[in-house]
Amino acid sequence: MVVDVLYFAWLRERVGQARERVETEAVTVRDLVAELAARDEWHAAALSDLTAVRVAVDQELADLDAPLAGAREIAFFPPMTGG
Amino acid sequence: MSARVQAEPFDVGHELSGFGAGAGAIVTFSGLVRDEGGRLLALEIEHYPGMTQKALDAFGNDAAKRFALSDWRIIHRFGRLGAGEQIMMVATAARHRAAAFDAAEYLMDWLKSRAPFWKREITASGPGAWVEARAEDEGALDRWKGTSCNPAD
Repeated sequence: MVVDVLYFAWLRERVGQARERVETEAVTVRDLVAELAARDEWHAAALSDLTAVRVAVDQELADLDAPLAGAREIAFFPPMTGG
Repeated sequence: MSARVQAEPFDVGHELSGFGAGAGAIVTFSGLVRDEGGRLLALEIEHYPGMTQKALDAFGNDAAKRFALSDWRIIHRFGRLGAGEQIMMVATAARHRAAAFDAAEYLMDWLKSRAPFWKREITASGPGAWVEARAEDEGALDRWKGTSCNPAD
């Protein structure tokens, strides 16, 4: 399947782009992270410490074991600092 | 009963005109950009446009149910905001003050840790560090256990 992957804040800076379209067979978010991290050193650096990374699947917060079936947009970002 | 995400400044007085008609208590909170003793010129606030509006609507609707609010308003800005500028506001209207105060705290706790905004410091030497999430803010959500604004929580 094809998904849009979005990055925000310092993840965007480390990956070097705000979004990319990815062809993936990943079953869970964790599988997708492994695929992305294997792409190049920038992705690997951005996704090296998953305790500092939050995930949204189709714009809802999700955890690393969330299934990707039917998902269209996966976002990775640091812990949020609103308010 | 509305949430807005915008780059433009807002006027609290204008926002409260007609807000919460018939309520017994209205609480408002405004968050400002601190200058951190003169060190900070501005904050650059990034957000996740598709997700932000949905998240703020969910927080507001949850608060309305939990605290029986008759009205609520959330406004959160993004972009470059200079020291002293308003970042955001919440307003809550209820029959009595306890519910209005609690609901405002509740909304702030959710906004701090679950609304998709990220802040970066701008100092005299240019863009600096991303503001890190504080453990206290995450912990503050614990006191509201039993409600949820998101299936993942």
